[in-house]
Amino acid sequence: MTSAPPAGPRVSAAARLTTSVNRVSRRLGLGSGTVIGGRAGLKVAPDLVARLAAGRPVALVSGTNGKTTTTRLLVAALAEAGPVVTNATGSNMPAGHAAALAAGDRDCPVVLEVDEGYLPATLATTHPQAVILLNLSRDQLDRTNEVRMLAGRWREALAAAPDVAVVANADDPLVVWAAGRAARVTWVSAGLRWRSDAVGCPACEGRIEWRDEGWACACGFARPRPDVVLDDDGDDPTGCFADGERCTVRLALPGRFNRANALSAVVAAEAMGVPRQTALEAVAEVADVAGRFTTVEVGGVTTRLLLAKNPAGWAELFTLVAGETTPVVVAINARVADGKDPSWLFDVAFEELAGRVVVATGDRARDLSVRLHYAEVDHETVLEPVAAIARAAALTRPPGGNGAAPDERHVDFIGNYTAFADLVRQT
Amino acid sequence: MSGPSALRVAVVYPDLLGTYGDGGNGLILSRRAQWRGYPVELVQALSDEALPTADLYCLGGGEDGPQVRAAEGLLAEPTLTRAVEHGAVVLAVCAGYQIVGRSFPDADGTRREGVGLLDADTVKGAPPRAVGEVLAEPTRLPGTSEPLPTLTGFENHAGRTRLGEGVTPLARLVLGRGNESPAGTEGAVAGRVVGTYLHGPVLARNPALADLLLAWALAVDGLAPLDDHWEEALRYERLHMARRSRRLVARLGRS
Repeated sequence: MTSAPPAGPRVSAAARLTTSVNRVSRRLGLGSGTVIGGRAGLKVAPDLVARLAAGRPVALVSGTNGKTTTTRLLVAALAEAGPVVTNATGSNMPAGHAAALAAGDRDCPVVLEVDEGYLPATLATTHPQAVILLNLSRDQLDRTNEVRMLAGRWREALAAAPDVAVVANADDPLVVWAAGRAARVTWVSAGLRWRSDAVGCPACEGRIEWRDEGWACACGFARPRPDVVLDDDGDDPTGCFADGERCTVRLALPGRFNRANALSAVVAAEAMGVPRQTALEAVAEVADVAGRFTTVEVGGVTTRLLLAKNPAGWAELFTLVAGETTPVVVAINARVADGKDPSWLFDVAFEELAGRVVVATGDRARDLSVRLHYAEVDHETVLEPVAAIARAAALTRPPGGNGAAPDERHVDFIGNYTAFADLVRQT
Repeated sequence: MSGPSALRVAVVYPDLLGTYGDGGNGLILSRRAQWRGYPVELVQALSDEALPTADLYCLGGGEDGPQVRAAEGLLAEPTLTRAVEHGAVVLAVCAGYQIVGRSFPDADGTRREGVGLLDADTVKGAPPRAVGEVLAEPTRLPGTSEPLPTLTGFENHAGRTRLGEGVTPLARLVLGRGNESPAGTEGAVAGRVVGTYLHGPVLARNPALADLLLAWALAVDGLAPLDDHWEEALRYERLHMARRSRRLVARLGRS
């Protein structure tokens, strides 16, 4: 079966059920209203995602970090040609996909953020034109598969999908292994700060050696020559494409990792028919991704909101906050969506925060506090996040001054998944 | 290098056995020694180099494939076994605990040879995996006049460990699954080798265990107290939460 037959009465009914349940859920204030309706629709029509995706141009975005942002960037690039359907609330499993597909216009293109574990199934149900593979690293180990197993499952699924244009990170050995049997791959040098999950060779269990630019194992498994490279060293970040073109990559979003995400989105957009320059201009304007990277007022304190939910995410984020003196509030939860074991805090180089005003907060502020203690980072613990932000601002005094000037009351808030979402909801 | 008299703490194969933040145990041990004025050398012993001699070895958790490679690496050289014969202290967690036992299963369930520092064999357990908070009361360990305070941690393993006669269980479970054979036990101890399923990392949540290992390695009777108010706050919270969920489990069991 190459694609599902068009929607029949049962599928139409399931789609209507999905949207109306979600509408009721939102009206009752039970949440953002995307998952519950999708579940109801999938009960009536288990093949709802396949039926609603049939015949439409679909792109998928998956990986441990950067999924939501890259999805948003790709949506912006495709939106230049008209409306785009997407699961913008980050509900990235089949119920969320069904809800997004049922709610949107039946003809317009679709961009879905996909949970890593569901990528094989979603490739099979949606027959995408393009898929972006960002990175794979440890995350929520109490409930997800080992990342190496995940890379193997991606590899099988992509081998069985010869028509999809794969955009894959050439710097991540697990992603390269996953894309290794795909028919059409554009390799993007998107970078990889966190390498601790990429030491063992996925091909032979041998050891991968890293050199400045590349990596290789003695068995022959090595970094493919990238088709697209982000040259981010100078003042003028540049995307270098396989055809020789060099384009400036200047974004409203901060950080090298976001410029790399943008390049992947541009390449996928090109595969979906959007001209490169058009896509680049569109991604440059994206400034807000579900609250990430935005600056808001929290109880009168100018606060930049940042998300980091695992060691790899933190390693990338440190490139953004390094060398700054801004007070930092770190919020850690360990609810189901975060993973219930915060042991990973000891895989994060919190030593980088030494010398700054640091306040630990969140459900698991105590675990973070012990980690900071062993990192020899002076800090305070304030369990409630908004109060923690106020405390961080109060601890910041201009030298010799009598009170903090507005710009000196700026605080960076870095939360993991639910800690971040909770604060965004309050602002 | 910090001189020949420095306490050497080796984190064994962090490139293979570093999945669950257990590298923190090596950091915690070296900080707690340093803060008391003992010179310390913390070594990250990668799997492609010869294992260095050390006073204290820490092994952490890891995925199935790397676990097999780590065991092969440790069996290929006599360093760890000899160090233990000469009094070195070992803290082995999760996959590391299974490796220092006599045997453990690989991804296919095939029996693999362990280093044999602990008289314990691990086999594939019945699903589901043991995942969740653990609370356990330690047995009295060598060199201690009274048992350590309650252990708290987080377990995440598929293996089931059967203890032999040559080891003592580290602790009796209050909450969690632990070894499963005999039921109700967690971890194992033989001499100065300690195995446990607890992450957290285990020494972050149980500083008294860290100090016991340090006292063994430094060959001292006791250690000066440290300001542990961060750890105590964490312990208070975790013990409280775990006891609450235990009461909940008991209530559900009755109804």
